[in-house]
Amino acid sequence: MKIYLLSLCLFASLPLYSQQYQLAESRVSFFSSAPMENIEAISSRAKSLLNTQTAEIAFVIPIKTFEFEKKLMQEHFNENYMESHKYPDATFKGKLSGFNPQQKGVQKVVARGQMNIHGVNRNVEAAGTLEYRDKEIYLTAVFPVKVADYEVEIPSLVFYNIAEEVEVTVKAKYLPYEKK
Amino acid sequence: MKRNSWQQRIFMLLFTLLFTLSAAHSLQAQDELLDALREQQDPAQPEYTTATFKSTRLINGHTIETRSQGVLDFIISHRFGRLNSGAYNLFGLDEANIRLGLDYGLTNRLNIGFGRSSFERVYDGFIKYKLLQQGNGKGTAPLSAVLFSSAAIGTLKSANELSLSNRLTYTWQLLLARKFSERLSLQLMPAVVHRNLSLTEEDSNDIYALGAGGRYKLNKRLALNFEYYYRFNEPLLQPNYNALAIGLDIETGGHVFQLHLTNARAMQERGFITQTTGNFFDGDIHFGFNVSRVFQLRSNNQVTP
Repeated sequence: MKIYLLSLCLFASLPLYSQQYQLAESRVSFFSSAPMENIEAISSRAKSLLNTQTAEIAFVIPIKTFEFEKKLMQEHFNENYMESHKYPDATFKGKLSGFNPQQKGVQKVVARGQMNIHGVNRNVEAAGTLEYRDKEIYLTAVFPVKVADYEVEIPSLVFYNIAEEVEVTVKAKYLPYEKK
Repeated sequence: MKRNSWQQRIFMLLFTLLFTLSAAHSLQAQDELLDALREQQDPAQPEYTTATFKSTRLINGHTIETRSQGVLDFIISHRFGRLNSGAYNLFGLDEANIRLGLDYGLTNRLNIGFGRSSFERVYDGFIKYKLLQQGNGKGTAPLSAVLFSSAAIGTLKSANELSLSNRLTYTWQLLLARKFSERLSLQLMPAVVHRNLSLTEEDSNDIYALGAGGRYKLNKRLALNFEYYYRFNEPLLQPNYNALAIGLDIETGGHVFQLHLTNARAMQERGFITQTTGNFFDGDIHFGFNVSRVFQLRSNNQVTP
């Protein structure tokens, strides 16, 4: 009887894990549009977990994994702007609202939560779409990030043209989480 | 009956425990998701140390930095006259030695370069290969190592009666550097300068030297540099000193301005290692600068260093 009850309790807690989805593939990019030049950087090494039961989502993107067309620009981005040796990751933790795990096809969702870039926390909101395809979940979002909001300094004596607001695009594919 | 209630109590206890745990769980779930992510290890991606130095030149000589594939670096260098030449000469600003040079990244590890100096009308060409790259993980090393080889030819009219080979000088260097912290990087550079023509029989063709240098970052955009080349044997050229230099790097994104004070006039190895005639401590100091501007000729699609 005791063992029966215990195993029941254990099984009751299992669904928590089975609702967890892990990022399988992703492309996170940001785009700065300025008169002199456009700058784009892409990372395909983000990490993310999505819990479809609680609609909670978390993202970690190592700053150093952003690839630029110009290597030297990438070096400056890490060394002088993002100070990635001090603040190695950009993170997001939050909840998806408007999310219905039962609904098939594309649905509109809004992610609300806390973004941390360059060591600065900010509450943000980003609209995007979510789609179930068999066991896979596809998530996309496009949202603006103000450089000054995260205390990233752009010096006046600079020869790059950097927009005050950059556009971030997230494309992500999730698969059910399997514990290793 | 008694047995039953005992079981019930256990059940209630377990239930309460589980409920409390799961309630706490949902409160902290977002943080836990984040923590779970942070704990996930990347599959052995090597991480290479970048920006050991701000430029491919420390002051007079090279650093272990190489330009990435497809990057052309245009470097304009000046060394003015001696500070102790006085106000009449505007402390040396009236005269200047100039080197115009181009460096190019054939690959991320292999660079070639070419330059022309007004000092003795020297043309120089070099090849630079990064043997080891400092970093963490597979395929990296605790320090960076670069092989450097250059050839320089003087084309002064007065030296034109000499044959071409007699005007050639070769330099081989091994550059070893380690970035100890975000601020501090140190470099050692053993060097051999081979002059095809020496002045007399006693004057050795080969000059052996050991260079040492480093940089200390003051803030995100400013760095202090130091460079000294000690020679184990000296050419028979009088007077003749070891090259010493201190400098300040100013990085503005795309440009690096290097301002420095040095007793050397030349801006290639043959010149500053074997032909430095100024004594730094007598005030034979030249103000100078290197300005570097990079152009991306081919876009970078590779992740490898």
